[in-house]
Amino acid sequence: MSKLALLAAKGIDKRFGGVQALSDVAFTINHGEIYGLIGPNGAGKTSLFNVLTGIYVPDGGEFVFDGEPLRGLKPNDVAARGIARTFQNIRLFANLSALENVMIGRHVRTHAGVWGAISRNAGTRAEEAAIHKRAYELLEYVGVEKRAHSLAKHLAYGDQRRLEIARALATEPKLLALDEPAAGMNATETTSLKNLLAEIRRDGTTILLIEHDMKLVMSVCDRVLVLDYGKKIAEDTAAVVQNDPKVVAAYLGGEVSLNLKGTH
Amino acid sequence: MQNVFDTRNNPQLAWAGIALVAATLLVLPFALTYAGTFWVRITNQAILYCFLALGLNIVVGFAGLLDLGYIAFYAVGAYVYALLASPHFDLHLPFWVILPIGAAVACLFGVLLGAPTLKLRGDYLAIVTLGFGEIIRIFLNNLSQPVNITNGPQGIATIDPFRLRTFNFSQRETILGLDFTGPVKYYYFFLAALIAVIVINMRLQDSRIGRAWEAIREDETAARAMGINTRNIKLLAFAMGASFGGIAGGMFAATQQFISPESFILVESVMVLAMVVLGGMGNIWGVVLGAVLLSFVPEILRFTVEPVQKALFGRMLLEPEVIRMLLFGMALVGMMLYRPAGILPSALRKRELEGGKT
Repeated sequence: MSKLALLAAKGIDKRFGGVQALSDVAFTINHGEIYGLIGPNGAGKTSLFNVLTGIYVPDGGEFVFDGEPLRGLKPNDVAARGIARTFQNIRLFANLSALENVMIGRHVRTHAGVWGAISRNAGTRAEEAAIHKRAYELLEYVGVEKRAHSLAKHLAYGDQRRLEIARALATEPKLLALDEPAAGMNATETTSLKNLLAEIRRDGTTILLIEHDMKLVMSVCDRVLVLDYGKKIAEDTAAVVQNDPKVVAAYLGGEVSLNLKGTH
Repeated sequence: MQNVFDTRNNPQLAWAGIALVAATLLVLPFALTYAGTFWVRITNQAILYCFLALGLNIVVGFAGLLDLGYIAFYAVGAYVYALLASPHFDLHLPFWVILPIGAAVACLFGVLLGAPTLKLRGDYLAIVTLGFGEIIRIFLNNLSQPVNITNGPQGIATIDPFRLRTFNFSQRETILGLDFTGPVKYYYFFLAALIAVIVINMRLQDSRIGRAWEAIREDETAARAMGINTRNIKLLAFAMGASFGGIAGGMFAATQQFISPESFILVESVMVLAMVVLGGMGNIWGVVLGAVLLSFVPEILRFTVEPVQKALFGRMLLEPEVIRMLLFGMALVGMMLYRPAGILPSALRKRELEGGKT
């Protein structure tokens, strides 16, 4: 693959019993891109996420991330390699504060063990201070620093989504994988999410984005992968993809042809 | 309690409070000796229960893994001490060598229990740990044949007390004009060890490791996605908890000088868990309070139930044991109704159960 590629997937297969969730999916994500992943419900988007992040083991194919294959890695190893994710149904540590949530995200990049915790030596104290500082900075970055000491479960819905992004960013990912971050957001929240995504990209993190909000996808993504019934039906720039007859058919069904120009 | 001992906002009151508690704890064994050496022994046992409850709290309170066989680690520690410091194998190693060995062996057993149960949660984990506790006890009961290792149900007797050169913890002597009985000496040693364990627990809770335990407790899948190696962190919780149990076991063997498998039955595991839950899961001071209460109340009943009944009715109607179980049951029901998060709930549990405000 070209040296631009951060993540390359080849021939990804995943079956659940008789259901072929993913078949022969291939794509590449370049450094610094915002890469969209769309498709109708049940197309296999979240399955692809789970296979990528090590929650499921693929039945075939492989991912090459940052020049090295991601083979047989557990979710925590994948996170250590530099892929952080959020979840479609928010999975924060509900009974911990917003700040603690982000501090836990620092776990994978810090080292203090049992002895450090018990002895509280200079190194551990410095690391703890750094964790605290970085976590607070990330809360400011996503804009929920005012709720730093509130429990995650008491945050407004949009803030929970942002907190999940902050927690993922705390792991210093090269690729940030977001599973429907705009779901349930109103127009204002979606606009500020869009700005946040642009800012994260500007600061050097590549983004993989599953999203149903077409307006958001079309305005923020450089390229888009479209899945339908576990198969890739298109991979191209947003403008090209939305005029692809196969994509239109997947979303609207059958042979209907519609002029989607001007929908955004 | 938190308010009284707040050294930052109210240093004078706080230090006065701490000094008062320290003075009380220092004088306590002499005051108790006055009432009977028996009460010092009970206090020592209460400190050992604090050890156990704090160890179990790491597994249950911090990491959220329900363990119903925790007493097995206490048994392992006790038997390690007994085998290495008794005429049974004619080994007499010093206690400061055996206690770390006991902790290490218990730690190993902790990992042994943890490894196959990594994927289990809740009820299923409880069943396996319960089985584990029983397996250890049954092994201890039966490992007298074909090679006599544990001496079976007869147990191991004349176990060495703690000895440091000529200083023997079980002998009575006069130091600086004060009369130190054996239990009083042990008391000071146990108290010092307990303070160390409390400090260790507090530091662990507020650390990278402690946060990882909390993350697993809250949402294991999310914890893994955040790069936490859940396998290692869970095993660490089992290992740390078991080590404290192992040390407590060694201390138990030394003070009792006799152990048998009967000391490590299922009810003991349940008692320790009840201490953790009653006091306040996840809160270190709550757990200590729970352990102290559940150790002392039965003993107090033992001495009051009979005279009170005799005075009221002229004869014994209910055995102390019956009253104890009755009160125990009522206390637990009352707890569940009025303080479901424990007497001193951890901030976390409180929020979780009340869904209250911060």
